[in-house]
Order: sequence, then C-alpha cells, then structure tokens
Amino acid sequence: MTATAPPRSASEAGPDSGKSAGRGRLRPRIPQRLRNIALPYLLLLPALALELLIHIVPMVFGILISFKSLTLFYIRHWSSAPWAGFDNYKIAVKIHQPIGQALLHSFWVTIAFTVLSVGLSWLIGTAAAILMQDTFRGRALLRAIFLVPYALPVYAAVITWTFMFQQNTGLVNHVLHDQLHVTSDKPFWLIGGNSFWALVIVSVWKSWPFAFLALMAGLQNIPRELYEAAAMDGAGVWQQIRKITMPSLRPVNQVLVLVLFLWTFNDFNTPYVMFGQSAPHQADLISIHIYQSSFITWNFGSGSAMSVLLLLFLLLVTAVYLLITSRRRGDADA
Amino acid sequence: MPRIPAQPSPMAQPRSFVWTRRVVLTLLLIFVLVPVYVMLSSSLKNLQDVQGSFRWIPSGLTVKPYVDIWKTIPLAHYFMNSLIVSVSATLFSVAVAIFASYGVSRYRFPGRRLFTVTVLSTQMFPGILFLLPLYLIFVNIGNSTGITLNGSRLGLIITYLTFSLPFSIWMLVGYFDSIPRDLDEAAKVDGCGPMGALFRVVVPAAVPGIVAVCVYAFMTAWGEVLFASVMTNESTRTLAVGLREYATQNDVYWNQVMAASLVVSVPVVAGFLLLQRYLVAGLTAGAVK
Amino acid sequence: MRTNRVFAATALVAALGLTATACGGGSNDSGGSKSGGSTKGVTLTYWASNQGTSLDNDKQVLTPELKKFEQQTGIHVKLEVIGWADLLNRILAATTSGQGPDVLNIGNTWSASLQATGALLPFDSSNFAAIGGKDRFAPSAIASAGAAGQDPAAVPLYSMAYGLYYNKKMFADAGLKPPTTWAELDTDAKKLTTGGHYGIAVEGSNGSENIHHVFVLAKQRGSNWFDSSGKPTFTTDANVAAVKQYVDFIADGEAAKGDAEYAQNQTITDFATGKAAMMMWQSAATSIKAHGMTPDQYGVVPVPTQTAGATGDAGVTSMVAGINLSVFKSTKNKDAALKFVKFMTSTPEQKILNAAYGSIPPVTEAQNDPAFQTPDLKVLASVLGKSAAPLPQVPNESQFETLVGTAVKDLFADAAAGKSVTDASVKAALQKAQSQMPPS
Repeated sequence: MTATAPPRSASEAGPDSGKSAGRGRLRPRIPQRLRNIALPYLLLLPALALELLIHIVPMVFGILISFKSLTLFYIRHWSSAPWAGFDNYKIAVKIHQPIGQALLHSFWVTIAFTVLSVGLSWLIGTAAAILMQDTFRGRALLRAIFLVPYALPVYAAVITWTFMFQQNTGLVNHVLHDQLHVTSDKPFWLIGGNSFWALVIVSVWKSWPFAFLALMAGLQNIPRELYEAAAMDGAGVWQQIRKITMPSLRPVNQVLVLVLFLWTFNDFNTPYVMFGQSAPHQADLISIHIYQSSFITWNFGSGSAMSVLLLLFLLLVTAVYLLITSRRRGDADA
Repeated sequence: MPRIPAQPSPMAQPRSFVWTRRVVLTLLLIFVLVPVYVMLSSSLKNLQDVQGSFRWIPSGLTVKPYVDIWKTIPLAHYFMNSLIVSVSATLFSVAVAIFASYGVSRYRFPGRRLFTVTVLSTQMFPGILFLLPLYLIFVNIGNSTGITLNGSRLGLIITYLTFSLPFSIWMLVGYFDSIPRDLDEAAKVDGCGPMGALFRVVVPAAVPGIVAVCVYAFMTAWGEVLFASVMTNESTRTLAVGLREYATQNDVYWNQVMAASLVVSVPVVAGFLLLQRYLVAGLTAGAVK
Repeated sequence: MRTNRVFAATALVAALGLTATACGGGSNDSGGSKSGGSTKGVTLTYWASNQGTSLDNDKQVLTPELKKFEQQTGIHVKLEVIGWADLLNRILAATTSGQGPDVLNIGNTWSASLQATGALLPFDSSNFAAIGGKDRFAPSAIASAGAAGQDPAAVPLYSMAYGLYYNKKMFADAGLKPPTTWAELDTDAKKLTTGGHYGIAVEGSNGSENIHHVFVLAKQRGSNWFDSSGKPTFTTDANVAAVKQYVDFIADGEAAKGDAEYAQNQTITDFATGKAAMMMWQSAATSIKAHGMTPDQYGVVPVPTQTAGATGDAGVTSMVAGINLSVFKSTKNKDAALKFVKFMTSTPEQKILNAAYGSIPPVTEAQNDPAFQTPDLKVLASVLGKSAAPLPQVPNESQFETLVGTAVKDLFADAAAGKSVTDASVKAALQKAQSQMPPS
C-alpha cells in the first residue's frame, strides 16, 4: 500500500479537487484562520445535532418528569401534572420502606449480574482473540461461527435459551440430569435462585462475541516488529502475550470494558424476553424493575426518578473508571 | 500447522499453547453452537414434538415450519424493514462518526473534552427514561413540520444511528489516534485538504476499526426491541419486534420462531463472512505504519 | 474515488429514507376532520387485538366484515392488528400524544386504568343510544368496562369465562365424576396423580392467570382485593387463604412442580397431551384442538366452589374475561366511530366474530346462535351469565396484577423448590406487595 500511495494521490487529484472547488467559493471571503477554527466544529456538528435531538433533549425532558407526579391521571396532559419536588426521589431512596428496599435489592442484583457478565465476556473474548491471532486450519470459519450469537436477533436467541432452560423438557436438564446425572433432581432455571445464573449465561453468550470482535480488531493494530523484537530477546508465546499483547490492548480494553458495563447494566431485552414483565425476585434486574414502575403501572414520575438515580450512579462509576484508567495509561505512556 | 510468515508472533508455538488453543476453542465452539443446533433441530419438528421433551436426535423431520413462517406473520415485509432501517442507520452512523472522530483526533479546540464526555455519557441513558419524551418530540415535530418521524422508518433510523454513535466515535478516535499524524500531514503537503487527508490516509488505515464499528452499528439497530415496539406500526414494524408475533394469544409457535430466526440470520451471518475479508485486509493497512 | 463512493452511498440511503417516510406512518391520518353531518368517505383507524391463531388470521377474520361495513356506510376502516406484547405500550403512547386510532380493542381488565386517563370516550346514555342501547349487553360484561358509578369507557366485544376442563377418559378410568367443590377436586386430583400424570395443571409464572384465579378463590370467601374506596386490602385472612389454596396445587403435588415456570400456555399442552387431567382455562377449544385433542375427549364444568351449590359471592366461579371496544376521545370522527362500534356489536356481527374466535357474545341476543350451543360454550356462557364477577375496576388494577401476580409466582417457585409455603409466608408476600401499591 505504501508503494502505491504516491501515484494514487496523483490519479485521484481530479475528483477530489472537483469537490474542494465546491467549497472553494467560500475561500476568498473567509480567511484561512477562521476556517481552521471552524473546521473541527463543522466536523462535530452532525454528531452533536443528532445527539441533542435523540438523547440530550429527551433526557432533560425525562429529568423534568422525575420532579412531577406523572401518574396515569395526568399522562394525557403531562404538562399539567402537579410538581412533586423531590417526593419521587425520597420514595426511591428510603431503603427501609418497601419501594426503596425493592429498588436497592434490584440494584445489587444488577451489579452482581453486570460484573459477572462483563468479566466473563471480556475473559472469553480476550482468550479467543489471542488464541486465534495466528493462522490455523479453519480459523476463518471459526471466526464467523463465533460471531453467530451476535448476529441472531435478540428475541430469537433469548427465546431459544429460555426453551433450553425449561425444567421438564429443556436441553440443560436433559444433559445435567438424564445424561450426566450431575443433579439428583431436575433444577429450575427460569424461576428461583438459578434464574440469576441463567440470565448471566445468556448474557455472556450474547455479548462475548462483541468483545471478541473489538479485541480482534485491536490485535491487528499491534505492530509486528514488537513481537519480532521480543522473540529476538527470547520471550516465549506466553511472555509475549503478557508483555506485548495485553499492554497494547489497553486502549481498546479501556473502552470495551466500559461500554460492556454500561450496556449490560442497562440491558432490557434479555430479561424482558426471558421473564416477561415480572422477573423472579432473584433476577429482578433494574431495567425491568424501572420498566414496571413506569410502563406497566404508568407512574412515570417515579420511574423517571429511579432512572435518574441510575444515571447518576453510572456517571459516577464512569468518571471514576476513566480517571483511574487514564491515569494508569498516562503512567504507562510516560 | 501451516504458518504464514506475515503473522504476528514469529515464534514456534509451544505445545502448551497449541493444546490450550484446541481445548478452549472447542469448548467455546460447543457453547456457541448448542443453542444454534437447538434452533435448527426445533425448526424441523412439528409443534407437538417441539413442546415435548428435548431429544438430541429428532424423531421426525418436517420442513413445514419453513413454509408456515411466511404466512403466520408478514416475515418478508418485516425483514425488509429491518434491513432498510439497519443498513441506513449503519451507513449514516459510521459516516457521522468518522467526521466527528477525525475532528476529535486531529484538532485541539475549546469544547473538545466536553464533546467527548457528553457523547460518551449518552451511552448511559437508560432507554426507558427517554423513550416517552422522544416519542412526544417526534409527534410534535410531525405536527409542526409535517415530517413523519413517529411510526416511520426515518424516525427509527435517526434513533438507532444515535444509539451506536457514542461507541463508534470512541472506538474510531482510538483508531485515528494510533495512525501517525505524519501520514496525513504528508498528504496535506501533497496538496490534499483536510478532507483529502481523512479519506485518503486516515480512513484506509482504520479499516478494521471501521468495519468493527459498522458491524456494531448494524447489530444495535438489528436487535433493538423497546423503541421499535412503540415507534413502529404495522407497515414499518421490524423483525426484532415482529418475531414476537409467533407467540400468539393461544400458542407459541416455537418451531416457527426458530425457523424464522435462522432464515433471517443467514444473510446477516453471510454479511459477516464477507466483512471478514476487510478485517483481514486491515492487517495490510496496519503495515503502513 | 472513495470519497465519491461514500457520497453516492449517502445519497442512495437518503433516497431510501425518503421513500420510507412516504409509505410509513399511517396510523395518524384519520381522514378528514368531519364531526357531525355525513360520515361517508371518512377513514377510521382501528387497532384490533390478537384474538385468532395469528395476526394474519385476525386480518382474515376482520377484513371481510370491515368491507361489509364500508358497503353499508361508506366509511373505510384501516385495520391494524397489534400483538399483546405491544398493545398497551402503543395505547400509552397514543394517550400521551393524543394521536391514536379512532377505535381500538382493549383487554377488559385495563378498562378502569384507561378510563382514569380520560383518553377514552365515555359511553353515556346518548352514546349508548347511538349504538343501540346498553341493555343489549350482558350486565356482567358491562360491569367490566369501567369503574362502578361512572359511564363505561368501553363496550364489551368478546366475552370469555373460566371453566374446569377435564379429560373424560382419565376420569372414567379412575371412576370419577367432575368435581363441584374444591375438596372433591383435591381428592380427585390426588387420585389422578400417578405415573407421570398429574391431577391438574396451572400456569404458575403467568401473573395474569395467577390473578384471575386468586381473585375467584378470594371472592368465594367473600373477600375483595380492594375496599369500596379503592384502597388495597391484600392481607385479609381470606385473601391469604385464597393464595395459599392456589399455590398448594403444587405444594401438595396435585400439579407438577414444573408448572411453576409455565408462562407460555404449556398448561394447555399438558392438558391436551394427557399429562394433566384438569385445567382451569378460558375458551380453550381452539388451542386444545390445535394440540390434537378432539372435543369429545374432554368436558367442561364450572370451576368448583368451597361448598356445593353456593350462591352469591361464594358461588363465583370465574372472572369476567374478555375484550372491550373503545373510542379514542381525541377522534375527529366520533360519529363514524360510533357507527363502527354499533356495527361491531350488532347481533349478526357478534355471531360471526365470536364464532370465529371461539368466544361468547356479550350481546345476549347473539348467544342463541347455534355456534354457541356446543357443550363447552354453553357451560361457559352460563358461567358468564350467572357466576362471573369482574376483576376490581380500580385505576391501580395494573399495579395489583403486577405486584400480586409476581408475588404468587415467587410463592409457586418456593413451593416447587420444596420450601414450605405457610399462611405466614403468604401473608408476608402479600404485605410486601401491598406496601408497594401507590397511595390512591
């Protein structure tokens, strides 16, 4: 590619100069300096406008609602709903009252679920990406197969797992009980305590391929010379992974772990398809919990307040995370 | 094991590494494929058999579910909707992300940090919190400008493209940062404007990242349920919500759900396979450095 | 080159996006804004719920009838069938934005909640007069169309009631007659539970089913879930006893432990395949048939009562199940909408539609049709007329369904896991549910 670069830029000068000619009309009037200042903002403009329309403005709207007592009596004319001050928040954080207690329980369940799911997805994704860095027979096919869970529509994937987890007729118990005789009785997976683990398994199955994909892309950006130099120094494969691969993946990991955390924490589709509108107590994820408080019971004030609390928590976690990882990254660079 | 010299670790692999690889990848393969096998075998059974106890080898096979799926719900129509929405959202999202990431990566300007932090933080917004407000905004835009966003594919496209935008920008800024500035400076010296440098130097070098971001943006749009369930109607309904219609008032047509899921996933997986080439091609682009 | 390709792609996509807008988003164009005067040429939007074997089946049933209506009145009806998973959210969105269909189906248990939002047109005497009068409908069905003492927010369209379905052969083999009291049912169920077969099947993880049954069991004990002022009274002894009686089906082994996780109508599968000898269900004929059991293989009797021949509240054997038809208050075509409601609730249409869906016409005149004289529908119609009561018609009904439905589901899970379910644990679960109810 390097070799072809110079002639290519010459041959392509035609269409490109045509394009800049369109912009050239502005050139005489706007001084170079101003254009340099405006350019980055112009580049960001589309992204910013869309984020404003779809995320920021509705979000501000949502925060406003959290201070209102927006119950089903008012949703037709939501602006006339009475102001509730901090009442919605007070109810949500009173952890010794049933509503606050339920929310807190759901919060802890979600934390445990998220940590397990992200941890396992990352671990599996990293292992697979590193193990598949080198060519071997069937590598391309394997890579495609590994992306299948990610390609299946969420509904289909989760409903299939639900099907497999059925106590009486499902595959999981067929294997555990009928074939391997690990359990003396057929355990339940969709209700009771195990439902939490079922949820973790499904979530990992669905999200590890994404970690795999991102890390695979990350691995391809590690310069080959680093490995060659290490090999010359006599480092084995395992050492290379520890000394070169892992540190080089740090920037990708920094983003990857964070977004996996955020998606898993806010994941609505998986528990919704698995359990419907009423999740078992042990697997009562916060997204479903809030969905119940707002969409099933149409108490949007209270649901919004819970969402805002959730958002504040996520902001805090993210800020701390970025602070820690960036500092470490800074150290490494220095 | 055949080895190609261009591969990253130019060291003979110890047996421990090879064995670890075999064991781990085999286990992963089983983990990934078992549900797929369940889908496949269930999609070839009649409804009574599907509802009975699970068996590895189905006792009788039928292709009837594959015929019925098209009649039970307008599957082809939903599939087209999903395809139009996901592909458009992906292309727009990636285009917008490339421009924004280039700006963030290559320029220092006031508000740069604010922008990245804001964009990233939108990733934390719980969908449930802004679903209803967004719906109302769409309705109001429709009332005041006549642009139908609510219930239209356009509304869904705009919504989904912003869903994938934050991560896409973050990922691409990381990629663009890793591409030496000297390369695009050189291009600028050669007479390309900033845009020329972006499309001739930076974008080609970031192909693996861009492909990964495309796949991500596509899948985000492809699988979304919550917003689609409220913001689509019969003519614009997407697969993600449409598939649920195999579960009707009286019955869940498990076999048809599985058959339909497999049928609609085949083009997507095939697309992945095609994109793989670009992921690999990215290796060569990376060699520029 | 590359640049050009990107722009070409963008232009293409933009074009796609534009065509998408052109054919998308139809639910809001409710035709010309004609109020009063001629309704000819008006287009109505109608949201139908999923009643048939598939959304497509619903369309096949409804489309010819809508054509008939158009021929009679010149009013065109644009039909959209919406699955149950989406219907409530779509109604919610329509309510908040004021842009919805003109006419829509609602689950009758939602009536009071939706009535409280003020989004639905109240059927006062003049509106009832416009559709042919209130006394054409069965009183119990009207009672499930809104809070007592207010004008109904809807009119009943399809009605259903619970009955006890039993497997004739299994009962004959065991020398049993269908039970009329719960004590008899318990004895029979225990006798029938042998060799992988169970006496009864229950849909333990389905919150709504749970609510429908504990409502009846409490009613038979003279207890309601709300007092007359609409305050929840979940923890009365009678309600605790009702929930415990229901959960004990699994705790006592009369139902399979696996039933605790049923939420996809597996109950019907178990019944139709002979795994369970009994089930309590509403209008299950079509589904049972779909699973390969013929109508002569099962019988239907009213759900048992605590004492034989009980009357009044003690004799209630079912909730009033069904679908109501509503007019959106913000409609610009009220006259046309009422004409459509009149058409859909007319005796001939009631016969056609209810026969197609296996439900019972809430319009009493239509019930005489031979289509509703099958043994099972006769029983269910008589239940509906004599011993069915509407679920609490309070604005907080949905909270009640969610909280108590989930509490019962979790109690089933405990029972299935072998944990003992006692009066105290039931009461604690109900107490927790009640304390999460919003102040009304």
